[in-house]
Amino acid sequence: MTTIDTHTDDAGAVAGTPSAVEAFFVGVADWVTSTDHKKIGRLYAGFGLLVLTAAAVLGLVLGLERADDAALLDADALLQTFQLYRVGIVFGGIAPLALGLAVAVTPLQLGARSIAFPRLALTGFYAWLGGFTLAIVALGRNGGAGGGDANMVDLYLAGLGLAVIGLCATAGTVATSVLTTRAPGMTMRRVPLFAWSSLIGALGMLISLPVTFGVVIYLFIDHRLGVQANFLGVEGIGSWLHWALSVPAVVVYALPAVGVAAEQVPVAFKARQALRGVMFAAIALVGITALAAATQQFTQEVTFDTDGETFLRGAVPFAVFIGLPLLGITGTLLLALGTMRAGNGRPSIRAPFVFGILGLLFVGAGIAATAIMNITDLELISPDGTQFTVFEEGATLLVVYGAALAAIGGLVFWAPKLWGRVVPDGAAIPLALLGAAGTALAAVPLLVAGFLDQLGGVPSSDADVARLLDTSGVDGAAALNTLSLVGHGLMALTIVAVAGLMLKTFTGSADDADSADDDNPYGGHTVEWGTTSPAPAANYDHVVTVASAEPQFDLTHDQTTDQTIEGSQS
Amino acid sequence: MSAATAPVALPPAAAPAPKRQLFIGTALACVAGTMLVGGMLAIWVLLRERYLTTGLNGEVIDRFPIGYVIHEVASNVMLMTIWGLCLFAQWAVYAGNRGDRAHTGLALGVSAVFALAFINAQAFVWSQMEVEIADEYYGALFYAMTGTMLAIVVAGLVYTVVAAFRALGGRLQETEILSAHALYWYWAAAAYSAVWFVVYVTK
Repeated sequence: MTTIDTHTDDAGAVAGTPSAVEAFFVGVADWVTSTDHKKIGRLYAGFGLLVLTAAAVLGLVLGLERADDAALLDADALLQTFQLYRVGIVFGGIAPLALGLAVAVTPLQLGARSIAFPRLALTGFYAWLGGFTLAIVALGRNGGAGGGDANMVDLYLAGLGLAVIGLCATAGTVATSVLTTRAPGMTMRRVPLFAWSSLIGALGMLISLPVTFGVVIYLFIDHRLGVQANFLGVEGIGSWLHWALSVPAVVVYALPAVGVAAEQVPVAFKARQALRGVMFAAIALVGITALAAATQQFTQEVTFDTDGETFLRGAVPFAVFIGLPLLGITGTLLLALGTMRAGNGRPSIRAPFVFGILGLLFVGAGIAATAIMNITDLELISPDGTQFTVFEEGATLLVVYGAALAAIGGLVFWAPKLWGRVVPDGAAIPLALLGAAGTALAAVPLLVAGFLDQLGGVPSSDADVARLLDTSGVDGAAALNTLSLVGHGLMALTIVAVAGLMLKTFTGSADDADSADDDNPYGGHTVEWGTTSPAPAANYDHVVTVASAEPQFDLTHDQTTDQTIEGSQS
Repeated sequence: MSAATAPVALPPAAAPAPKRQLFIGTALACVAGTMLVGGMLAIWVLLRERYLTTGLNGEVIDRFPIGYVIHEVASNVMLMTIWGLCLFAQWAVYAGNRGDRAHTGLALGVSAVFALAFINAQAFVWSQMEVEIADEYYGALFYAMTGTMLAIVVAGLVYTVVAAFRALGGRLQETEILSAHALYWYWAAAAYSAVWFVVYVTK
């Protein structure tokens, strides 16, 4: 049976010349109903960037509240604003951004004509968009954890559940694509690094998101129909869902971004990926973090005792849930360094590389910070995972903003294939550096403030909010929170500027200077660079056959010549 | 044939067929479903352990409300029904592979009847137990867990109907959907076995 979409909407030309209004509506209808994975992926990524920008602005406003007693927001709105910020950066921001990039690019990288189950991918997008919108509306009307309007609390849970189902459905299409739609000759060992990381990330989401959904089912029924006894009532909603909005669970959403960064190094340094199989294993080890998410683990208490039983009980899950992902991200960075050393000639440092490598470094720092957070003697988080300092928020921001930078790098890198334009390096590289500065400023001061015992976490009640805003006992809290809010502002500015830059190239004409005349402007190694820019609706004009992991690299370096990509020309 | 009269180039090759896409997709859905059911059962066990020693207000309570009687016959019959359903789903695969249209239709029809029987038995358990959803801590947990399992069976019933339409509507040779359908029911049976043991046996 085949479930490949035939793109019938692109097959025939419209008779006559439509008016501007008709063309607009036809264009909108084409975008909102298209089963072309490149359009679905860009819809996901576009809305993800939009929500991430809004969440960064909320982070800025909350930073102002924490820095001094400015009281910009009404006291009654603070509880929902804190939740909007945390739900926004995770379920509204990085999750759809990373997943959207995977949807848009992975089938191209596999030499496939379409994503598996394209209608399911589109349905997943609308489920996520509708669910997240409902959650925002509910939070805006006194819903969410600790909310005063019971109906809006229910709506918040229902919306969150719908959004999670949507993400899960789309993750399923990505994983199925990698497993079933690879071009002839593309064995799993020849799968591009980004496609591999997308597979691991999608599997991680399929493992962790249903657990979130199960919690939401319990919370909804308990709150809507039960006596709210099991889950500590409306305030318990926050504590039961906090793990899904924090490290280590959010590392799952950073996996495609790790693949983007890993893919950039061989391209920039014009070399084959060193120890390709080991790189696959390293990325997979980062994916182990999904187990921490699935078991709802914040921390493992590692305590030494005389018979060793207590130590083993804490040390084994610590090594598995935290140690292995840390080993994986370290391995990814070391292998990237190895590839750099094996480079041929002068490296080509372009915008996607700068975005990708900076993002990878921040994600690595976030995973390292998660490991530090688990050292319970530092008292950055209580052993039972119920009390937090802002260190936890800092570590989460390192992962989320780092992954967002790398994902933006991926959009810039594959822009020629997605909409036929090259995003100019001259404008994009400074924005990458600005985003890096924003990420560092947003996260590092919170890590420091965590050591100074400034309280953090996702509040579930007005009392929690009061504790979070009370920084009177923390030396230098005002300065640290001010630095953090500046970082959020810089990050928001970066995303808006990059989105504007991409929009400018997207709406430009074919005669513009940024038009991708060269089908492979970055010297990419993988099979998608062999198709035209932009890629046609069915991705390739011919059936691609692959005989190497880096077919375009082979072609340009004349090693296996035309055996690496073969096609029966149409 | 001389070179001068050689035929023009062959038309482009067809796109390669996806490799067992529906089967793999169903398997991934089963993985996600396992995490859903497993996660919910884990929370059930966690809360039960809490209530074994103390109630919400510190009082000693029974882990299972005394006033409720579980109809073990019905819950056991549900277990046998869903495993029996797997037999018929596998029969549909066997008949489909042999191109036997009549037996494929019969097997899928019986599968659907068994799924309906499961739903009926679940409704019977609910009606006989008369658990109040707003009763202490047990009601919400009970209906969330058993309701999720019921939704899984309803989804399987829809899958059976779709498989029947496709198999009997002239696409009997495409037996992948029958294999995927059978896989789904094997997983659903395993999931219910876990639910049955935790909810109805160990209570």
